[in-house]
Amino acid sequence: MTGDGHAPGERATAGWLLRGVRPLGGDPTDVLLRAGRIAEIGARLDPADTSGAQLLDADGLIALPGLVDLHTHLREPGREDAETVASGTLAAALGGFTAVHAMANTDPVADTAGVVEQVWRLGREAGHVDVRPVGAVTAGLGGQRLAELGAMAESAAAVRVFSDDGHCVYDAVVMRRALEYVKAFDGVIAQHAQEPRLTEDAQMNEGQLSGVLGLRGWPAVAEEAIVARDVLLAAHVGSRLHICHVSTAGSVDILRWAKAKGCDVTAEVTPHHLLLTDELAATYDPVYKVNPPLRTAEDVDALRAALADGTIDAVATDHAPHPVEDKETEWAAAAFGMLGLETALSVVIAATVETGLLDWAGVADRMSTRPARIGRVAGQGRGLEAGAPANVLLLDPVARTTVDPTGLASLSSNTPYAGRVLPGRVVATFLRGRATVLDGKQA
Amino acid sequence: MKHLLSAGDLDRDDALAILDTAEELAQLAERPIKKLPTLRGRTVVNLFFEDSTRTRISFEAAAKRLSADVINFSAKGSSVSKGETLKDTALTLEAMGADAVVVRHPASGAPHRLAVSGWIRGSVVNAGDGTHEHPTQALLDAYTLRRRLGSLEGRRVAVVGDVLHSRVARSNVLLLHTLGVEVTLVAPPTLLPVGVQAWPCATSLDLDAVLPKSDAVMMLRVQRERMNASYFPSAREYTRRYGLDGRRLAALPDHAVVMHPGPMNRGLEISAVAADSARSAIVEQVSNGVSVRMAVLYLLLAGEEAA
Repeated sequence: MTGDGHAPGERATAGWLLRGVRPLGGDPTDVLLRAGRIAEIGARLDPADTSGAQLLDADGLIALPGLVDLHTHLREPGREDAETVASGTLAAALGGFTAVHAMANTDPVADTAGVVEQVWRLGREAGHVDVRPVGAVTAGLGGQRLAELGAMAESAAAVRVFSDDGHCVYDAVVMRRALEYVKAFDGVIAQHAQEPRLTEDAQMNEGQLSGVLGLRGWPAVAEEAIVARDVLLAAHVGSRLHICHVSTAGSVDILRWAKAKGCDVTAEVTPHHLLLTDELAATYDPVYKVNPPLRTAEDVDALRAALADGTIDAVATDHAPHPVEDKETEWAAAAFGMLGLETALSVVIAATVETGLLDWAGVADRMSTRPARIGRVAGQGRGLEAGAPANVLLLDPVARTTVDPTGLASLSSNTPYAGRVLPGRVVATFLRGRATVLDGKQA
Repeated sequence: MKHLLSAGDLDRDDALAILDTAEELAQLAERPIKKLPTLRGRTVVNLFFEDSTRTRISFEAAAKRLSADVINFSAKGSSVSKGETLKDTALTLEAMGADAVVVRHPASGAPHRLAVSGWIRGSVVNAGDGTHEHPTQALLDAYTLRRRLGSLEGRRVAVVGDVLHSRVARSNVLLLHTLGVEVTLVAPPTLLPVGVQAWPCATSLDLDAVLPKSDAVMMLRVQRERMNASYFPSAREYTRRYGLDGRRLAALPDHAVVMHPGPMNRGLEISAVAADSARSAIVEQVSNGVSVRMAVLYLLLAGEEAA
């Protein structure tokens, strides 16, 4: 399948010997990456047997499987002033990712085989991570009629995830048909759950603070009503459903109920919804304006617990670059969205590892294994075992980094974490055995 | 005090200082020459991204009576759709050396952005931002109430109408609470904000029950188009349930004051009988607005001398 092949320019090296690395935070061992695969894992590999592999002293570093992101906005084609496939995927590699899904709300919209193939090809040329284009569910994200889902699935981009992200597939009949139709090629509909009428001109979480700030509220029920409808629809037609950026405690309850009923539903949460709350809107600084909006501390707690118990399957960044002029405005005029790729792992560590909710295996499961499975990404999310493709990241777990918006690889700087000290630092990333990041910098 | 962005920024002493200063400055209006030299050589910019002739004229008169140079900058229609103009406008004003910027903006928080962005060095006065706040309106309302009632502590004020969309209501709740007034918001449930229970005030859905216990009633402007968004079924039904007519006027205690921030929809939230009655302080509110805004500009710009 595509996505597993070597991209052009991906030269075979003699491999890497990761000395003394701790896979999933376990005991130190040596890991040999060769010919694109994890060739061997052993307590002390004999350098003589590694025939010329480069030695990397990984003492104190944790190895995790390369991260897989179900949800990014790489902005190309159309908004190359905000991000390009090349810049966004470099940011991804620096964040420890080896595969990212690129959402369809580009200009032109990724609703044809031509556009998804273009994005896929740009990803291969950049070579930082595997780029998995997401196809639009409806033509032009219009919500009216289905895009050519089959053509996108059969294209070189081999699309498996379809989403109108940014827009909710609101029409229940269109949603039902989409859920049914993608069964033919094992696709999944990733729903942006937002009841449009309840969220007209909505600016922030509807709650005590929105009333005080005079910002129009985005009520939790607007998400939950669609999540409830769609899990029922998916169960009815026997289809796979994925819920994007779950943000409320109520959605978690519905997902838990649906999974208990045996519904084939998966869900993702963003790093920012695991760490930040709506209180930040009181600054009126649009860097905190995002859709769905930052919610309450109770929601954050529920989302963390749901990620820990598996009700929420995956962390996905919803990396949404915007140029300065789209954020340096009044709140109401600003664009929704925040950067995520370069800070995702650190934020997840702060929210779940440092709080004792997830161990390193849990992080690997929620940020690599499960998202790869949901997106049907071949050659990714296979974990750290001999024979698996050598998609690996090395993490310094004790490092703490101050986020500097000007130091990011993304073309945009709209990170909500500016000035924050976050735990963990990605030291190296390997894509099929080739270093994309070394010493925290582009290799 | 560097800026005036929210009525909540004022503690009791700040608020009383403004009201007391306004009292002193009001005496100026009695004199043949209504001008003080205090702000001579200072520049006050009225930056209005939204039409409000009444508020702009009030600030203009206030600044001119303090001998400030006044620049009126109308940027209507250029705001929310093209947000960067807020920054560009601010940089322009900074280049012209504005000492204070009085800003009216349809987006909540826009004055806050101006104040903290570093785009301008001058003081920012919020002259009404979206559905957020209008602190000088609350100050002039408190001033008017104090003049009519003698004192504010322990008084009961009903604020009636479209609280959800009202910056006047938000600022009044905060300021009047600070000054010891018991505020009751009265509105149909659709026009009360989510979370209003946490505000420092009471709420009621029943105007007739609240009026006999009120020392003042403040009627908020209701836009007719709200009924198109199902906030209420019709203007007529709104008037029947929440309008201040002659019958309800008679239900108020004898000393009670009728207020309205203007502009009024006569016949909708307030009848002509109520608006023009002897209890109405609506015209006083306008004249008091100048004194209160003089006090605000004076205290912001004249700084230490004022204390």
